[in-house]
Amino acid sequence: MGRPLGRVLKLARSQFKEYLRSRRFALTIGTVAVIGLIETAVLAYYRPTSIISNPVTFYSGGWGGPIDYLILFAAVIFGADAIAGEFQNKTGYFLMSLPLRRSAIYAGKYLAAMTASITMIALYLVFLVLNGVYYFGTSAFPWQLGASFALSLVYLLAVLGSAFLFSSLFKTSTYAVLVVAVLFLIGFSILQAWVTDLVRIEPWFLISYASGVLADIFQTPYPPHTQTVVVHGSITSVTLTVTAYTPTVIEGLAIMAGYFLVTTALGLLLFEREEFA
Amino acid sequence: MTRPSIVVDDLTKAYGKFRALDHLNLKLEGAKCVGFLGPNGAGKTTTLKMATDMIFPTEGRVLLNGESVRGNRERALSCCGVLIESPEIYPSLSPKEALDMAADIRNVPAAERKRRIDDVLAEVKMSDWADKKVGKFSKGMKQRINLAAALVHDPEILILDEPATGLDPRGMAEVRDIIRGLKKRNRLIFMSSHILQEVTDVCDEVALINHGKLLFYDTLANVTSRFSGGQSAVDASFATPIEVGISRVGALQGVERVEALDSTRLRIHFSGGPGVQKRILKDLVALDLDLVSFRESGNPLEEIYLEQVTKGD
Ligand SMILES: Nc1ncnc2c1ncn2[C@@H]1O[C@H](COP(=O)(O)OP(=O)(O)OP(=O)(O)O)[C@@H](O)[C@H]1O
Ligand SMILES: [Mg+2]
Repeated sequence: MGRPLGRVLKLARSQFKEYLRSRRFALTIGTVAVIGLIETAVLAYYRPTSIISNPVTFYSGGWGGPIDYLILFAAVIFGADAIAGEFQNKTGYFLMSLPLRRSAIYAGKYLAAMTASITMIALYLVFLVLNGVYYFGTSAFPWQLGASFALSLVYLLAVLGSAFLFSSLFKTSTYAVLVVAVLFLIGFSILQAWVTDLVRIEPWFLISYASGVLADIFQTPYPPHTQTVVVHGSITSVTLTVTAYTPTVIEGLAIMAGYFLVTTALGLLLFEREEFA
Repeated sequence: MTRPSIVVDDLTKAYGKFRALDHLNLKLEGAKCVGFLGPNGAGKTTTLKMATDMIFPTEGRVLLNGESVRGNRERALSCCGVLIESPEIYPSLSPKEALDMAADIRNVPAAERKRRIDDVLAEVKMSDWADKKVGKFSKGMKQRINLAAALVHDPEILILDEPATGLDPRGMAEVRDIIRGLKKRNRLIFMSSHILQEVTDVCDEVALINHGKLLFYDTLANVTSRFSGGQSAVDASFATPIEVGISRVGALQGVERVEALDSTRLRIHFSGGPGVQKRILKDLVALDLDLVSFRESGNPLEEIYLEQVTKGD
């Protein structure tokens, strides 16, 4: 049926328009612009040879590293309160008075948040590419940048999906934002360290582990899946053998797709049952 | 065109052991306005929210034009205008933009949309504010926009929960005019309200619920004659104090009891219809007590409401 999809797109468009008007969008775009400008200025002033000697290291440092944080930031800003805010601000009653399935509301809001997030990371990319063109000319775009950008979109899909799941768990924006922020900016790192260092298994079930591919793709050769490192404790003089894991690209994509599918299915299921009491 | 209909079928909502709504049955059909009455907490909003799939029934179902709301809210609500819980509109939108969004999602053709939006904004007297941001609007102004949003696609069925909430007296009168206009255009309106004068003015039928149960559902005319038991009252005012006159009024034929409201006003209870009332007026004038006004006391619906609601407590 074409009509329900049409309504999803109509809703997504109006929600995106709402984002464009909102103060939070202006602040986010402003923040990204400031980051971009500072990077530009620092590069121009200090001209660090380690970075501007080679396009791959330039884009690896400028995109592969920071993009993970930018995407988490976007998910917190645009995803965390998307559903919870509808309850808290009572705007949900307006949407619910319209002939929209709950799934259409969820999908429309997701698409709008996705578009707003992409707008944000695209702005960052523009700053980066302008600098790249300045230092290396218009023909020095390593394929890794394109690959990492594509992987970033999949990562965004997964992270936003998770943010929406938590957003449907709460009816208060503050809680939803707090939980998503703490989980993504701190929680997953702690879990990952715990799993790799103490349990000593591959953290194949953690989205933060999968996000490694965004940066790893810039390395040649691509890092091996497992690396055994021998560590000598300087105080205890104990020698430890530690295994470091690196997700393969396929593995990273699979984890991200898994997160997207599972969190979206769960989020939809929750929202379908949610009452506007 | 088929007759618009709302069918409430054995509708029940339980919160734990408490039943906010208890097996409610109602069948509303045709062009009319049905007033939905009941004290605070009676279950009106609960009913209307289930009728629009905002909350889910524990038992039973609601059909809008034959379409199950729970089964397909998209199709069931497409013929329906809804105003429940005074929603907030996205603050950065203007009334025009908010209405455009509502009309767009309701598949109002782009060619008609602008005219419809201008029309409903004029109807709720918000044309001057059409391009201002909703965020700074007062409560009543927002309610007017919400009402406009419910009307923008010219729906066959209107489900309104206390539409006059937050409106000034003129706004309330405007709502009445809008509802009268809708009835003329073959629309079915199901409206909860605490303002009995409003219900008396615009509703053809009333349903009264209390503690989640239906007390009665009938035409306004039937309700008034059925429950008043032939007992009526009129208020009479006099230009000068009438202490001595009270007993003479009480002695008039048909008068049951006389109550002094203050030194110049009496409430005269009598039994019988308009014929008796007419004779009492004639006799009262004949008594030459400086009578200046004579009118039905209170609202018959109010008396019935109070009687029925207190009976159950
Ligand atoms: N989410 C909820 N959880 C528990 N009880 C609820 C919930 N929502 C409503 N109720 C109860 O259901 C009953 C009916 O409430 P409802 O809002 O339908 O009343 P109402 O007739 O609309 O009253 P009012 O005239 O005050 O608007 C009330 O006793 C209320 O406390
Ligand atoms: Mg209510």
